[in-house]
Amino acid sequence: MHLQALRFGKPYESLERETLVHFLTGEPVAEVSQVGGAMVGRDLAKSAKAARAALMAMDPEDVVERLQTAGNLYALGTVEVGGVPQSPEDFVHHQSATTGLPENLCRANMKKNLFVLSNMDRMLDALSRGLSPEILWKGYGREHRDVIVSYQAQSPVLGLVLPSNSPGVHTLWLPVIALGVGLMLKPGSQEPWTPYRMAAAMIEAGIPAEAIGLYPGPTDVGAAMLNGCGRSMIFGSAKTVAQYAGDPRVQVHGPGFSKIILGDDCVDDWEKYLDVMVESVAANSGRGCINTSAIYASRHTREIAAAIAERIGPTEVKPPDDPEATLAAFTVPGVAKAVWGQIEAGLSAEGVTHATADYGPRLEEGDRCGWLRPTVVHCSSPDPEIAKAEYMFPYVNVVECPQEAMLERIGPTLVASVLTDDVAFQQKLIDCTHVDRLNFGPIPTTKLDWLQPHEGNIIDFLYRSRALQVAEGAGEPGQVAAAHAATT
Amino acid sequence: MATTDQPVFEVADDAAVTAAREALDAHTVEMMAWHFHPSTGCPFWLEYAQSLPFDPIKEVQCYDDLKKFPPFEDEWLRGGPVRRWAPKGLEGQPLYVFETGGTTGIPKSRVNSRDFRTDYEMFSETLPEEHFPKGANWLMLGPSGPRRLRLAIEHLAQYRGGICFCVDLDPRWVVKLIKKGWMEHLEAYKQHCIDQAITVLEAGHDIRCMFTTPKLLESLALGLEKKGTTIHKAGITGIFSGGTEFTPQWTRFATEELLDGAYMTPTYGNTLMGLAASRPVTPADGYTIAYYAPQPRAVIELVDFDDTNSVVPYGGTGRVKLTTLTKETFVPGFLERDEGEREKPYAKYPWDGVSGVRPFHKLASATTVGVY
Repeated sequence: MHLQALRFGKPYESLERETLVHFLTGEPVAEVSQVGGAMVGRDLAKSAKAARAALMAMDPEDVVERLQTAGNLYALGTVEVGGVPQSPEDFVHHQSATTGLPENLCRANMKKNLFVLSNMDRMLDALSRGLSPEILWKGYGREHRDVIVSYQAQSPVLGLVLPSNSPGVHTLWLPVIALGVGLMLKPGSQEPWTPYRMAAAMIEAGIPAEAIGLYPGPTDVGAAMLNGCGRSMIFGSAKTVAQYAGDPRVQVHGPGFSKIILGDDCVDDWEKYLDVMVESVAANSGRGCINTSAIYASRHTREIAAAIAERIGPTEVKPPDDPEATLAAFTVPGVAKAVWGQIEAGLSAEGVTHATADYGPRLEEGDRCGWLRPTVVHCSSPDPEIAKAEYMFPYVNVVECPQEAMLERIGPTLVASVLTDDVAFQQKLIDCTHVDRLNFGPIPTTKLDWLQPHEGNIIDFLYRSRALQVAEGAGEPGQVAAAHAATT
Repeated sequence: MATTDQPVFEVADDAAVTAAREALDAHTVEMMAWHFHPSTGCPFWLEYAQSLPFDPIKEVQCYDDLKKFPPFEDEWLRGGPVRRWAPKGLEGQPLYVFETGGTTGIPKSRVNSRDFRTDYEMFSETLPEEHFPKGANWLMLGPSGPRRLRLAIEHLAQYRGGICFCVDLDPRWVVKLIKKGWMEHLEAYKQHCIDQAITVLEAGHDIRCMFTTPKLLESLALGLEKKGTTIHKAGITGIFSGGTEFTPQWTRFATEELLDGAYMTPTYGNTLMGLAASRPVTPADGYTIAYYAPQPRAVIELVDFDDTNSVVPYGGTGRVKLTTLTKETFVPGFLERDEGEREKPYAKYPWDGVSGVRPFHKLASATTVGVY
């Protein structure tokens, strides 16, 4: 199987290819064409406006319907990927083989993507606060309050530098086409499967091929996208986040440092919340930025750590096709060992206890890859370095910290699930600017309400709300088709 | 990479290969007599010879005898006094010092008198007249500073009867920008270079030939395209370029989409070796980029990763081993930071070549390539 690049409707077979291999056996799974950054720059200049124009030529409601069809094709149908028919089960095998993710988790991620595409109309309505999609297409229009509003697209295409290790993140870019913006995707080197299958399903469902680009390749491809696209997203480490912080053109998705916070009024009932804590830590093999990496409480922290350890500590590594498998492999040789080395170094600090120590070694090494079994660490204060750590497997720090100091000490937090009925504490959390998503009550950090924005509203990122005034008696300025014909 | 079974290029015949080898053997003997005689050799080699268990002048009778030397350590080239590398036989000649690396720490240096001119005069003979017309003016868009490149390109232009315009790029600063993650500055600096190049090209100087690096060539082509023109329409008919990112795919992309018909010839070179020309790059040959060292002044061998005195079979992968044999410089068996595949002798260059040049895999993660 050979995954070609897709240059906004034109397939491109590169002379350079990367071979993707099965993480356990090393057997080749697919070849992927590798392109370079200059191709990205050139295609952006030549094709980006045409990508948006192709969408503008369609009815926005038709686009949404076609995306819903694409969702069904993606999750349930057979589509052509890499020149061969790929069924949903083929997709699961391929994705698991190159990412090390157990097959049942691949299926769960498929369901998530299907849900988002199936509910695209509701999502758009929620994210746009009821804005008619016509307004995004035309650039302006009258709201139901009879006020003119104008939304200006900031880029004809969104560039996406996608990760290799988190198939769950794809939900973030699925609404983009429905917002009238093209997609320029750099698939993750080990996980090209979702972008390729999704692109194939969208095109088969009638989304114009000119609206979608797939550019697999080395890091200079990503750099060219971030440099050339008016808007782009990148998924990466804390270092990547720091590198692009402050660049309004780039939305960076890095570690989430998501947390569960137990208020003093609820902490004595901590056992009631054990299921929520376990799910938040261990769902999706702990790979997501929405997985809990720390639990903060003022007391009972040792008991909480011990109870979570008892639940997830015994988890065993199982073959990827075992329906009970929950742990993903680290497919890059040496990484699991290196991560465990970091954790071991952190465990030696004062006030740090390894709560899963009695459940056998955490590091398991295979011939070509490695695994880390779920790990629970107790910190008697937020001071040790490890208390701030986040890792790509079920890993959690249970941190003892007085309630009054918590908000100062938790640091950036993508999702906070807070267990408290203390109104004053709730208000402080609502006002806390370093918490992004906020859940009150026993909601796992991994349970997302798709009708609410994630790390900023995608519409605010792709569109700028600005003023547009029309003199009384003047005709309707601009017609969609004419306007976009003029730009291409 | 070209397969070894059915080469689509003109392979050199046995007689030419034998003649070239004999010339190399004779040249080797001549160089030993120069570098290890007290009246002509440099202090470094004369002193080093004292520690050798053999006499290079007597016991090196052919090229293969150079294996008697222990591997050349490039660390010897760091730091001074630089005059220990200056052959006594060149006393009184004007000397240059050229540096390589140097982003952090002390750079490696090589003294030079006329070698760079000779190298580029020889290279000049490989340039097709129709694309690199004699008398045409040149643009040198790339690193100058302590490197020999700028002087060499300028000499090449002058040697061919032209005048060379120069736009400088400081690669050491580029590496620092990348290491610091200052990508916005990196982009701005690249743009600064491209803007200058476009200004020169548009100034009516009748520039028809150019040296640049692959990354700058990409940016220049895209910059010109934004202005509604192309490299060819801007007047350029011939480009020579170099770097390990010169892959078949990159060459194909440049040929099909960036150059608009301008001719491009890849080269492989560094401060120690000089300049290796490539055989013509063609779609029929899978855009294989195969380089041939300027023998007998420099020799490239593809050697086994572990046994660096054994040459790999044709088509096999090995580490690039370089030997430089000029009156100004003697470097026996230096293991480059590159690897590639061994190529059969080409009719025009009847000795081994190398294709698929890329950073040596055991060092690759520590190497920043393609920065300018």
